[in-house]
Amino acid sequence: MAITLNQSIDHRQHSRLSALVASQTFWVVVALCLACLYLSFETDSFATSKNLYNITRNVTFTAIIALGMTMVIITGGIDLSVGSVLCLSSMILAITMHAGHSIEVGILAAIGTALLVGAFNGILIAYLNFPPFVVTLGMLSLARSLAMVASNNTVVFEFGPDHQKLLSLGGGAFFFGIANPVIYMVVLALIFGFVLRWTKFGRHLFAIGGNEHAAVLTGVPVRPMKVAVYMISALTAGIAGIIQTGWLGAVTTNIGAGMELQVIAAAVIGGANLAGGVGTAFGALVGAALIEVIRNSLGLLGISAFWQGAFIGGAIILAVLFDRLRNLRIND
Amino acid sequence: MTVLELSNVSKHFGAIQAVNDVSFALAAGEVVGLMGDNGAGKSTLVKMIAGNFRPSHGTIRMEGKVLNMHRPVDARGHGIEIVHQDLALCDNLTAAANVFLGRELKRGFGPFGILDYAAMYRRAGEIFAELKSETRPRDLVKKMSGGQRQAVAIARTRLSDAKIVLMDEPTAAISVRQIAEVLALIRRLRDQGISVVLISHRMPDVFTVADRVIVMRRGRKVADKKIAASSPEEVTGLITGAIEAA
Ligand SMILES: Nc1ncnc2c1ncn2[C@@H]1O[C@H](COP(=O)(O)OP(=O)(O)OP(=O)(O)O)[C@@H](O)[C@H]1O
Ligand SMILES: [Mg+2]
Repeated sequence: MAITLNQSIDHRQHSRLSALVASQTFWVVVALCLACLYLSFETDSFATSKNLYNITRNVTFTAIIALGMTMVIITGGIDLSVGSVLCLSSMILAITMHAGHSIEVGILAAIGTALLVGAFNGILIAYLNFPPFVVTLGMLSLARSLAMVASNNTVVFEFGPDHQKLLSLGGGAFFFGIANPVIYMVVLALIFGFVLRWTKFGRHLFAIGGNEHAAVLTGVPVRPMKVAVYMISALTAGIAGIIQTGWLGAVTTNIGAGMELQVIAAAVIGGANLAGGVGTAFGALVGAALIEVIRNSLGLLGISAFWQGAFIGGAIILAVLFDRLRNLRIND
Repeated sequence: MTVLELSNVSKHFGAIQAVNDVSFALAAGEVVGLMGDNGAGKSTLVKMIAGNFRPSHGTIRMEGKVLNMHRPVDARGHGIEIVHQDLALCDNLTAAANVFLGRELKRGFGPFGILDYAAMYRRAGEIFAELKSETRPRDLVKKMSGGQRQAVAIARTRLSDAKIVLMDEPTAAISVRQIAEVLALIRRLRDQGISVVLISHRMPDVFTVADRVIVMRRGRKVADKKIAASSPEEVTGLITGAIEAA
């Protein structure tokens, strides 16, 4: 008995360590640390508080949406509409506040719009069995178009009586000089991480992604959960939109254009598997951070911005390569 | 004593009549073998009892009361457990997570409870030991052998005090030794007064453990006999249609 217990503890510690080393997220963290170290020695401008402040703040918009995207990807879905939902929510917020309403009303309207869009996506996908790719591709086009219609394709930069409140919400630093968006990101990441690991809802998301049919047979409420997940994804886009509006101090109808690809890239680099069933909140943050550091460093190292796509593309493929190699070894 | 009674149960999917006007009763502690060719409607029949499908027609009664089940949870609440034909496992989850899928143990209060990993690992380990399976609760199902996967699916039925256990081809794709374990388990269930419906294509399985055999052909029940009064030859004839009915 004592022997088997020790063996099993040994086995567990060993498997914890090997699981860590084998995880894609671990290697992305290593890459991220190496890149930061290299940049701090190689350039004078990387490790300055101003640059780090900028990086962390830029990371947040991608990271916050990547949290929602990771949930969608865990269920085996995809949400291409997040960039446009960000734009639509920002525009609704801007227009509502511009019309003289308070910031609370504006935020409520923006969040409500995002949730409505998410529910629309989710219901088509879960109840009418539309492929997620198609529905959210349609929404990508639809939501941005609605934002253009709502604003008549103008720039909104006056936010009514609560103008200043909105700017400090997104651009300020309420605590210890940490940029507000970073605080929102950390809080959201903690919530997402908790939900994924410790709740029935989180567990069932993984089950749906692993084997949707099995989830249905064992009584997991697959359809309502799918609707919820697309609503959550749209919600993160809406939240990012509100913060970004406050930070930029203006909304145009091309805000968030192309963002979906960057967000999906962040989730995938962070270990989410597009086949479903795998992903973490921490991975979403790390993936978003790696993308931003790559982008930032190219500028600092004086490399042409044209190379940006090549480096980010390379990071996606390299990150997934680790995962592939590990699976090859297991399957042998 | 009759535990479960099906009266004139039918199920159609669009134009396909999967189960057609089937009635039978199941007594406490009785083992019934359910046999039939591929597509005869066996899985559809047990899925209705397990709350996965609602019958198009007919009623299902348990201990005299009509069951009106919408979801698998309802059936489990009535003490009906099922091992699905394709096992219904999630490869990306651990053995314990699969065993508890849909009825995870939580600690803490009500909706704020968090998953109780330790308790689920412990309980799953106990059930695997009881099933004499080498399955480890923390292992991912992805990496498991056919027999271990089967054990995980069967372990689900041991989570609560079931009255009826439905097994849809639990002996497909496992070794002779493991088949013997499953049959032994079915006998233990029977000794505890639990009724078992065993779907199998293997004549020896049914003829060693079952008290009664029901044969289905193209959605209809064509025979319902005591094992002692039948023979593998007769059942084969009934399955293929060489014998019309018995
Ligand atoms: N969800 C479904 N939708 C449509 N048709 C279905 C569905 N499930 C089963 N069927 C059809 O119902 C019929 C009976 O299928 P069922 O799975 O019950 O057969 P079975 O007796 O279990 O066969 P097997 O021995 O191959 O498992 C088949 O014609 C099948 O195609
Ligand atoms: Mg079947």
